[in-house]
Amino acid sequence: MSNRVAIAGVGMAKFGELWDKNLRDLSLEAGMYAIFDAGVPGSDIDGMVIGNMSAGRFTGQEHLGALAVDQGGLGDIPAYSVEAACASGGAAIRQAYMAIKSGEHDVMLVLGAEKMSDVNQTEAMNTISVASDWEWEGMFGATFPALYAFMARRHMHEYGTTEEHLALPTVKNHANAVHNEFAQFQRAVPIEVVMNSGLLADPLRVLHSSPITDGAAGLVMCREDIVKKYTDTPVYIESSEQRSDTLALHDRKSITTMNAVVTSTKNALKDANLELKDIDVLELHDSFSIGEIILTEDVGIVEKGKGGKALEEGITEIGGKFPVNTSGGLKARGHPVGATGVAQIVELVLQLRGDADKRQVDGAEKGLAVNIGGTGATSIVHIIGR
Amino acid sequence: MVGIVGYGVYVPRYRIKTTDIAEVWGDFSGTIGKGLGVFEKSVPGPDEDVATISVEAARNAVKRAQIDPRDIEAVYVGSESHPYAVKPTGTIVAEAIGCTHDMTCADLEFACKAGTAGIQMAMGLVKSKMIKIGLAIGADTAQGRPGDALEYSAAAGGAAYLIGTKNPLATINETVSFTTDTPDFWRREGEDYPSHGARFTGEPAYFRHVEAGAKSLLKKTKTTIDDYDYFVFHMPNGKFPVAMGAQLGVPKEKLEDSLVVRQIGNTYSGSAMMGLARVLDIAKAGSTIFMVAYGSGAGSDAFSITVEEAIEERRGEVPTVDDYIGRKTYVNYATYAKFRRKIKALG
Amino acid sequence: MAEQGVAQVWRRIKSMYKGVGNRCETCKTYYFPPRPVCPECRRKGKLVDYTFKGLGKIYSFSIVRQAPEDFKRQIPYIVAQVELDEGTRLTAQIVNVDPEDVKIGMRVRACFRKIKEFGQGGIIMYGYKFEPTMKVTGHE
Repeated sequence: MSNRVAIAGVGMAKFGELWDKNLRDLSLEAGMYAIFDAGVPGSDIDGMVIGNMSAGRFTGQEHLGALAVDQGGLGDIPAYSVEAACASGGAAIRQAYMAIKSGEHDVMLVLGAEKMSDVNQTEAMNTISVASDWEWEGMFGATFPALYAFMARRHMHEYGTTEEHLALPTVKNHANAVHNEFAQFQRAVPIEVVMNSGLLADPLRVLHSSPITDGAAGLVMCREDIVKKYTDTPVYIESSEQRSDTLALHDRKSITTMNAVVTSTKNALKDANLELKDIDVLELHDSFSIGEIILTEDVGIVEKGKGGKALEEGITEIGGKFPVNTSGGLKARGHPVGATGVAQIVELVLQLRGDADKRQVDGAEKGLAVNIGGTGATSIVHIIGR
Repeated sequence: MVGIVGYGVYVPRYRIKTTDIAEVWGDFSGTIGKGLGVFEKSVPGPDEDVATISVEAARNAVKRAQIDPRDIEAVYVGSESHPYAVKPTGTIVAEAIGCTHDMTCADLEFACKAGTAGIQMAMGLVKSKMIKIGLAIGADTAQGRPGDALEYSAAAGGAAYLIGTKNPLATINETVSFTTDTPDFWRREGEDYPSHGARFTGEPAYFRHVEAGAKSLLKKTKTTIDDYDYFVFHMPNGKFPVAMGAQLGVPKEKLEDSLVVRQIGNTYSGSAMMGLARVLDIAKAGSTIFMVAYGSGAGSDAFSITVEEAIEERRGEVPTVDDYIGRKTYVNYATYAKFRRKIKALG
Repeated sequence: MAEQGVAQVWRRIKSMYKGVGNRCETCKTYYFPPRPVCPECRRKGKLVDYTFKGLGKIYSFSIVRQAPEDFKRQIPYIVAQVELDEGTRLTAQIVNVDPEDVKIGMRVRACFRKIKEFGQGGIIMYGYKFEPTMKVTGHE
C-alpha cells in the first residue's frame, strides 16, 4: 500500500485589504471552501493545523487552533497553530503531512491565515521585521525591505543584475494575477510604472515589494487510500522538505544565494524521484522581486547570477519552460504572511487539476512550491503531483 | 603636579548659518549674526546627544593620553542638556570607553561651567591622591527657543579632559572660582527651552563674574595679563569674550585663537573647554594660558595653565578642534527643525 | 517584569557600547554578536570574549526611506552590512556620509550613537553605528 498523503480539496478567501472581515471570518471562509471542495464530511476531519505568523501582534488574538475548531464547528479535534515567519503556511502543511504519514491522523484540515491590516504602519513593519534577527538587525533600523535590499545590491554588484531585472518579476506576476479571482491586485503594471515607483529601501521600490494583505487559504489532506472516497481529482504530495539557515542575514557566507532553498529543493526532488525538468509549474516566494530572482537560480532553473536574464527571456512566464508564480505570486496575489505557503499549494493544485482558467499551464502534472521564512532562515519545499 | 594628561573634543557634522535662521524670522539684513559674532553653529544629528558627544570626545582624550581607561577612577559629565533628567550620562561614558566598575561618577549641572567644575573636582581627587586619573567632560546640545536670540548661538559639542599627575601635557598651576546667586539664565523642570534675563545676562552676570574670577586668579598667582600667552573666556557669543578681553586689557591677538564660537556657536558646557582645546592644539611648550569659564546662575572658574613638552609628540594622532570645525555639512532650517525635535508631530 | 526595553538593552551593553563579541579558540572564528555555542565546533568549541577593533568595510547597503515611527526623524538613513577586519559581518547604520556617496567596499569605523528610543519617556538605547574613516576619525 502506498502511503502518500493526498490533497482532497482546496479553498481560498479572496486576498486583499478586507476591512469588513476579521481573522476568524477569513479562516472560516477558506476552511469551509476547502471542506466543500473536498467533499469531506466535517465529522471525518480528525485534526487541524493553522499556519500563522503573528496574530498576537496583528490582531491581539492567539490560540488560533482552538479558535478555528470552535468557529468551524469541528467538535473537539486536536488543533494548534505553527509559526515559521512567512513560511508558517508551508510549515502547517508539513505538520499535517507528517501527522498523516505517521498514521496518527487520517483526515486533516490545514489553514494558513493572517489579518494584517488592523495595525498601523509602524506595527506592521516591526511585526514583519521580527522574522529577521530583531535584536541585531531590526532594532538597528534595518527594516525588512532593507535586508532584501542588501541582497539586491549585492546581486547587482556580483552578477550585474540591473534595475530592469528587479522590475520584471512584478510585471510578470501582475500579468498572471489578472486571471486570478483571489488575487489582491487583478491588474497588470507596465515596467515603467514599476521602475518609477517610490523608493522603499534603495534599490528596492514599492512595486518590488509584496503588499500588506489579509487573507486565508485552506487544504483538506488525507491518507492516499481513502482519498477516492471524497474526490475524483486528488493531488498527491510527492515530497515535503525543510531546511534552516542563520537567522541573521549577516551571518551567511553569501547573501545572493539561500542555502536552505538550494538544499531543500535538491532533497525534495530526490525524495520525489524527480528532476527539475519534470516540474511543470512553480510557486516561488517573491516577497520582494529580488527574492524571485534568487530563487529562480537556487532551485536550478538557471545558474547563479542569471535569474534576471531568465525573466528577460520569458523562461518563467506562462508558456515558458518553467512557469513561476502563475497565481500572481506574493506580489500580486498578496502576502498575508501565514497564508502564503498554503495559497501556493492551492494554486499548484488548481494547475494540476486543470482548474486554473486563463492562467492554466497546459497539461501540468508536477508542481513545486518554495516558501521562505525571514530572509531565508527557513525554506520549505513541497512537490505535488497528480 | 596636577595637570591635563589628555584631552579630546567632538563637534557634530551639521551646521546652520545664522543668516538662514534670521531669514526664517523675517530678517534679511544679515546683521544679526554679525552683531553676535556667530556666523554658523553646529547642529547635532538626530541620533546625537550629550552621551554620544561625550563618548566621542572621551575616546579622543584617552587616545591622546595613551592611558589604560581602567586607570580612570572618576568620571564627571557637565551639561545642561543631559539626555535623562534622572539617570547619569557619566555611567554611559564610563562603560563605553572601558573604565572599570570600581570608580566614582556623577553628572554635573552649572549652566555653561559644569565641565570646568568637573575639572576642579577631578583635580581635588588627584591632588589628595584619592584617584590616579579623573575624566571631566563639558558637553551640550543646547537649545534656544525658536525665534529667540539664543537660537542663533545655542550649539552642540563637547570637550573631555583627563586630569592626572603622570606626564601631563599641560600643568594646571592654579584654579579659583567666584560664585553668587544671579538668575540670568535658567530652565525650569519640564520646560523644553531655557529662559534668560535678556540684557541682564551681560553686565551683572557674565562680565561681573568673569572679571571677578580673572582678577582673583591674577591676585592669587601674583601674575599680570602680560604673563600669559593665550586667553580663553567663555563664549556665549562672539562679542562678550572680546569685550571682556578689552576690559581686562588683553591684547586681541592673545584671545583670537580661542574664539571657536564664530564657526560653531556656543557649545555651553563645552564652550571654554573647546576654546582651551583649540589653544592646546597649537601652543608651543612653555606657553601660558589663562582661562575663565562662566556659568549662568552664576559663577566663574578661572585656571592658570602651562603647556608642557609632552604635548608635541601627542599631536597628529587625534583630530583637532580645527579638523572638526572644518568637517561640516550645512542644513537648512527645516532639516534643523526636524533634527532638533522642533517638529512636534514627530514626537 | 521590566519596563519595555530596559533589561533587553542592559544585558547587551558590552556588545553595544564596546563591540564585545567572542572567538572560538578551536576553529579561530570570530563571532559578533557573541554566540553561546560555536556552530562549527559545537562541544569541541572554546569561546572566549573578544573586543572587535571596530574597523571594516561596507559589504552591502541600503538607504531606508520608509521606516517605523522611532526612525522617522532620520529618514533617509543608510543601513549596511559591515564586514569587520576580523571577518565577521554585522548590521548597522552608516552616518557622517551622504547617501549618494556610500559605496560597497568603503572603509568605515565604529562610532557611538543613539540607536533607538523606547518612546519619549522610555529608555534610550546607545551603541555602534559606523562612519567612513576620515581626518576626524584619526585615519588620514
